[in-house]
Amino acid sequence: MSASTTEEAKTGMKLTLKIWRQPDATSSGKLHTYQLADVSPDMSFLEMLDVLNEELNAKGEDPVAFDSDCREGICGMCGLMINGEAHGPEVTTTCQLHMRSFSDGDVITIEPWRSDAFPVMKDLCVDRQAFDRIIQSGGYISVNTGSAPEAHSVQVPKDAADRAFDVATCIGCGACVAACPNGSASLFIGAKITHLGELPQGQAERDSRVVDMLGQHDAEGFGGCTNIGECAAACPKEIPLDVISQLNKDLRTAMLHGR
Amino acid sequence: MTDSNYEFSADIEGHADSPAAFSDDAAGYYTLGEPLADTKAPNDLPISERWSTRKFEARLVNPANRRKLSIIVVGTGLAGASAAATLGEAGYVVKSFCYQDSPRRAHSIAAQGGINAAKNYKEDGDSVHRLFYDTVKGGDYRSRESNVYRLAEVSTNIIDQCVAQGVPFAREYGGLLDNRSFGGVQVSRTFYARGQTGQQLLIGAYQALERQVAAGTVTTYTRHEMLEVIVVDGKARGIIARDMVTGEIETHLADVVVLASGGYGNVFYLSTNAMGCNVTAAWRAHRKGAYMANPCYTQIHPTCIPVSGSHQSKLTLMSESLRNDGRIWVPKDKADCAKDPRDIPEEDRDYYLERIYPSFGNLVPRDIASRAAKYQCDDGRGVGPEVDGVRRGVYLDFADAIKRLGRDAVESKYGNLFDMYARITGEDPYEVPMRIYPAVHYVMGGLWVDYDLQSTIPGLFVTGEANFSDHGANRLGASALMQGLADGYFVLPHTIRDYLADGPFEPISEDHPAVVEAQQNVQDRINHFLTVDGTRSVDSYHRELGNIMWEYCGMERTETGLKKAIELIRTLKDDFYRNVKVLGTADSLNQSLEKAGRVADFFELGELMCIDALNRRESCGGHFRGESQTEDGEALRHDDQFAYVAAWEWGGEDGQPVLHKEDLTYTAIEMKQRSYK
Repeated sequence: MSASTTEEAKTGMKLTLKIWRQPDATSSGKLHTYQLADVSPDMSFLEMLDVLNEELNAKGEDPVAFDSDCREGICGMCGLMINGEAHGPEVTTTCQLHMRSFSDGDVITIEPWRSDAFPVMKDLCVDRQAFDRIIQSGGYISVNTGSAPEAHSVQVPKDAADRAFDVATCIGCGACVAACPNGSASLFIGAKITHLGELPQGQAERDSRVVDMLGQHDAEGFGGCTNIGECAAACPKEIPLDVISQLNKDLRTAMLHGR
Repeated sequence: MTDSNYEFSADIEGHADSPAAFSDDAAGYYTLGEPLADTKAPNDLPISERWSTRKFEARLVNPANRRKLSIIVVGTGLAGASAAATLGEAGYVVKSFCYQDSPRRAHSIAAQGGINAAKNYKEDGDSVHRLFYDTVKGGDYRSRESNVYRLAEVSTNIIDQCVAQGVPFAREYGGLLDNRSFGGVQVSRTFYARGQTGQQLLIGAYQALERQVAAGTVTTYTRHEMLEVIVVDGKARGIIARDMVTGEIETHLADVVVLASGGYGNVFYLSTNAMGCNVTAAWRAHRKGAYMANPCYTQIHPTCIPVSGSHQSKLTLMSESLRNDGRIWVPKDKADCAKDPRDIPEEDRDYYLERIYPSFGNLVPRDIASRAAKYQCDDGRGVGPEVDGVRRGVYLDFADAIKRLGRDAVESKYGNLFDMYARITGEDPYEVPMRIYPAVHYVMGGLWVDYDLQSTIPGLFVTGEANFSDHGANRLGASALMQGLADGYFVLPHTIRDYLADGPFEPISEDHPAVVEAQQNVQDRINHFLTVDGTRSVDSYHRELGNIMWEYCGMERTETGLKKAIELIRTLKDDFYRNVKVLGTADSLNQSLEKAGRVADFFELGELMCIDALNRRESCGGHFRGESQTEDGEALRHDDQFAYVAAWEWGGEDGQPVLHKEDLTYTAIEMKQRSYK
């Protein structure tokens, strides 16, 4: 597809992009400035970066590395600090942010997630395996395939099921960590504790789950929670801050039980 | 992606075998090989006894021996994560690979609608047999009946397993699971978690997988891409993978390899698939001897958000349920296409589905709705922005529904979809009619497998969308999730043990000639891409290939168009190898290099899809041949000539693909032709 629309040409924006470039995990990085013209307001933020990369490639410059996969706001792979905000100015994922949220002449600073626990691998790509290791430490219900009872043998009150679902919508993108001045992953853990803790199936391991997940959280180098609330404000799935209260409550209960 | 299937009971018998002279359209593009048959299903038994019999007859592996057996699983979507977790629980040594940064990101996560299971909780007449029947019929009688029956049988276990894992399915006030009827299916058998069923099921499987990582049975390799399968003495014995961060080419050896690498819809460039979805794992296996079955069977979804410009990188699906209340139209007069739709009076609108299909109107099946939209736009009556000189969109108008039901009722039913539409397009669908256009969504074709899910390479098993087995020529809504989890949790773990019972196989070393050759192939390809130093980007080739596929191997295929497409693909592929521009190095994170390898494989797949479509001079399910339609423009099957699975063998770099036919016979169901007029 070569020709773009006449409507686009009329509304094409000129932008100045300041983008974090870092060759690999061990090198240091810095912001590079690029000019991009003819940006359509209908482009997604990542499509805008695709266009930049096509231009860089044509000029023989290394394209900007950034992560994305589903580009529909559900896989959690994308995530950029845009003008200092995780996922940018709207409450959504970076892939669902569109250029109509910006204006002609804007200067946009684009950086990777900021957190010691998420080291930069190249440019805007970070390593979030710490989240997987937190799940490994207890973010599950232990049930082997084939050993499950009939689904209707346990009733789950609708409000508990709904609450579990609301917090189970976490996509593991890491915006909560990137937004937190302490670099804490408490919202991520709180969401999982609450999801599994609301359900009867999740009770048997409830005490060990919270203790083990928090232990892993600290071992990974995430910071402590001081109830600032930036995490919930940045969360594209609007996980509420009260999951952290639930996390603390479950931790107290576990300690009372001698864990 | 919300899926629904508009299925109706308006079967008309007797059309299926309407006589047509056999026309070997693909002559000159292929050679005919020996027929192929599945030998694993006990087909002499009644259909309801086949799976239990096979499970019993499949040999067991002593628990103490399992830790001596190693399994590689490529892909961590529903089919891969569930398989890796279950095999880990059984005690095998499992290595799990994905190209994403975490197993939780696989594209199963984007499925919106739900998962079917024959629980019959609504006591509305559902049963294993009815789910089986609906699936075979929905697949337009092009699937293998033994496999489909088994899928329906194990569907109920999936729900039990997922509930036990903590998947928060929707519930009723009494605390029991809620079900809905999906699309036009007449029973309520679809379990769902609001519009995010795929996400919740995948998180369940991911957590089960991570639990096994903690238990030490599974090792995960994220940001790794499989680039070659290692075949030693005719058996799959491992893979070559590239660490996408360091660029290191790694050899992983095992006793058996499982591909759960998903579908290849991205051959069309624009699709509802994730950016990274690709055919490379499956295609490299194909080139090593795994047959590719029915590659032309593609599902195109009618209700996606249209392309807004040449920058478009992917398409987003909206639930088909929108068609329950929205009315689809285009302007009667081409001169009105650029106007504000609210200024076009009622008498100047063409509600074409209601006009052509008065009994089903806007609820005609997916393929009919998709094709009809294409015809309107080809005719110059499409709406929305002009991209490459054509407006590709039709209106989906809720003005009547808002008038009839009130804005609140429409909002409560479709609010989240309207929000999504507004976010992407910047238009308010409560005020201005939505614009929709069809997009590629799912592929029913894939690597050929037998009843054990084993490919034509012994020791190479294939699960989920990557195989061809269960959906025939068209997949029912809410059945993709069912198949992925059925394969991974309940089918493969039983069938793979029969193969592993012969193991552990003789250890092979990394300097075995087959391993060295596989490594060399990978290295050569990478070196080639980095040294071409041409002028065009990988994406520009991919986009052009996608345009060819969409134009000639999309919603409607013809002999002339397909032959033209094959020539265009060959020319473009040749240019790609000589003129692509890939910057950077092999030993670093290099996203252009990753894409180059995937696009190279898409070229070869695209050509085979066209040859398969050319050969199949009939219309069935998602495959519509212009030459095979009724007087009313309906799809027309030719069961006398095409009631077979087309399994293609790689014919070599300069050779022709070899067609092996697996005849489809039905003992438990009668073949019928559909009609929607």
